[in-house]
Amino acid sequence: MIVGLAGTWGFWLIEVCESVGQFALMIKSALGWILRSRVEWRQVLIQMQRIGVESFPVVTMTTLFTGMVLALQTGASSNALLNEPFFVGTVVGFSMVMELAPVMSALVVSGRAGAAIAAELGTMRVTDQIDALYTLGTDPVRYLVIPRVLAFMVMLPILKIMADFTGIFGGWAIAYFKLGIPTNTYWHDIFDYMDVDNFMHGFLKSFVFAFAIAFICCFKGINTTGGAEGVGKSTTAAVVMSMTAVLVLDYFVTAILVAFGIT
Amino acid sequence: MIDAVGVRKGFKGRPVLRGVDIIVEEGETLAIIGGSGCGKSTFLKCVIGLQRPDEGSITVDGADITTLKEESDIAHYRRRFGYLFQEAALFDSLPVWENVTFGLKYLTDIPRSRYRKIAADKLALVGLKDIEDMRPAELSGGMKKRVALARAIAAEPSYILYDEPTTGLDPIMSDVINDLIIDLQKKLKVTSIVVTHDMRSAYKIASRMAMLHEGKVLQVAHPEVMKISTNPYVRQFVDGLSEGPIKMRLKEYELPEDEERS
Ligand SMILES: Nc1ncnc2c1ncn2[C@@H]1O[C@H](COP(=O)(O)OP(=O)(O)OP(=O)(O)O)[C@@H](O)[C@H]1O
Ligand SMILES: [Mg+2]
Repeated sequence: MIVGLAGTWGFWLIEVCESVGQFALMIKSALGWILRSRVEWRQVLIQMQRIGVESFPVVTMTTLFTGMVLALQTGASSNALLNEPFFVGTVVGFSMVMELAPVMSALVVSGRAGAAIAAELGTMRVTDQIDALYTLGTDPVRYLVIPRVLAFMVMLPILKIMADFTGIFGGWAIAYFKLGIPTNTYWHDIFDYMDVDNFMHGFLKSFVFAFAIAFICCFKGINTTGGAEGVGKSTTAAVVMSMTAVLVLDYFVTAILVAFGIT
Repeated sequence: MIDAVGVRKGFKGRPVLRGVDIIVEEGETLAIIGGSGCGKSTFLKCVIGLQRPDEGSITVDGADITTLKEESDIAHYRRRFGYLFQEAALFDSLPVWENVTFGLKYLTDIPRSRYRKIAADKLALVGLKDIEDMRPAELSGGMKKRVALARAIAAEPSYILYDEPTTGLDPIMSDVINDLIIDLQKKLKVTSIVVTHDMRSAYKIASRMAMLHEGKVLQVAHPEVMKISTNPYVRQFVDGLSEGPIKMRLKEYELPEDEERS
C-alpha cells in the first residue's frame, strides 16, 4: 500500500519534472529562433489582431467598472471618516496603474485569448497538424509559439495602458457625477503624486505576465493528448495555470521592482 | 535507401512494434500491409522521426534518425521526406492552396509568386481543380486526402511515406492515385513506403510487399509471390477472410431476448 502510494507519487513527480524540463526547452528553442531572427512576421500580425484587438472590448469593460468601484468605495470610506471625499483620484490612479490594470488585463486576456490558443493548438495536436508542421520543414515553436508570444508581449502592455485610461476614466465619472469632485481636483490628485516609476512598475509587470501566459497556453496546447476530451482538459489547465501564474508572479515581480526602487 | 533494424516501440508499456526489420531500396516502392492497429502508422512515424523508437535504428542515406539529437540535424534529416498523414492533417486555418504550398517556403527556394501556379498543378495531379480558395473544412474526406497528397509531393521529396493513400476514395480515383504513385516513382525516382489496406492498389504499385503482424514482419516479397504465399497468416490477409489463424476476438451477434420471442 505504502509502496504503491510512493510509486504513484514517484511517477507523478517524474511527470512534473519532465513537464518543467520540456517547458524550459520550449522557451530555449523559442529564444533561439528569435535570436536567429527567424520570425514569421505575418503570423505575428495575425496573432496581434486576434489576441490584442479582439480582447480590447472586454478589457475596457472590466477595467472601466473596476475604476468606478474604486472611486465609489474610496469616496464612501472617506466620506464616513472625514465627511468629504479626499484623494479619490490618487487611490484610483495608483491602484489602476500599478496593480489593477496589469493584473486585470492579464487575467481577462488569459481567459479569452489564452484559452483560445490552448484550444487551437490542442486541436492541431490531436489532428496531427503539429506533426505535419515538422514534415513540412518547420516546427511548432517557430510557426505557432513565437508569433503568439511576441503578439502577447506587444499587445498586453498596450491593453494595460488602455486599461489605465479606462479605469481612471471610470473613476472620474463616479468622482464627478456621484461624489461631486471637480475634474481639476481629481486630476491633480493623480498627477501631483504619480511619476514615471509608478507607471513603469505596472508596465513592466504586464511584459512578465504576457510572457508567462503565452508560453503556458502554447505549452499546454501543444502537449495535448487524448482527442476532444484532451483539448478540453488542456484548455482548462492552461487557463487555470496562467491565471495562477499571473497572481503568483505579481507578488514576486512587485517584490523585485520594489527592491530596485521602481515603485 | 531506408534501413530499419530491430525497431521496437511501445506505448505505456504495451509493445506495438517488436523488432521490425525493413529495407527499402533506392527507387523502390514498398507496400506495408497488416491488420488494423498492428503499428503501420507508428512505423512510418518512426521513420520520419515523429516517434522515437525504444530500440533499434533507422538509417536513411547514412543518417540514423534514432541517434540524432540536435533540432537542426533532425530537421535536415526530415527535409528529404514527404509524408501523407492517415487523417490528412490539413491546416484548417489556411486555404487549400496555402496548405499545398506550405512546405515550399521552408524546403525550397521557389519564389512566393509561383506558389499559386504550383498549387494548381499539384492539385491537378490528384484530380482536383477550382478548390484552391476553399478551406479544408469545406472538403469531403476523399478530397482532403488528395489535398494532403498534393501537399506531401509539392516540394518534390526524394522519399515519400504514404499512410493509406487510397482509403476513402472511389475505385476510379484510387486507380488515378495508384498511377500517380507509379509515375512519381518512375519519373522522379522517388523511394516510397505505402501503408495500405487496399490489396489491388498494393499489387499494382508495389515492387515488394511486407506483411506486419503482431509487431513483426511476417514476410517480404514481390507482389506476385505474396499473391500465392503459403504463409497462412499472409494468405488469410491477402484473401481477406475472417476465418484463419489471425483471430479477431469478436463475440457472436446475439439477438436481444424480446426479439427472439416474437
Ligand atoms: N500516441 C499514441 N499513444 C498511445 N498508443 C498509441 C499511440 N499511437 C498509436 N498507439 C497504439 O499503437 C497501436 C498501433 O497504432 P497504429 O496507428 O500504428 O496502427 P495502424 O497499423 O496504423 O492501424 P490502422 O490500419 O488502423 O491505421 C494501436 O494499438 C494504438 O492504440
Ligand atoms: Mg494507421
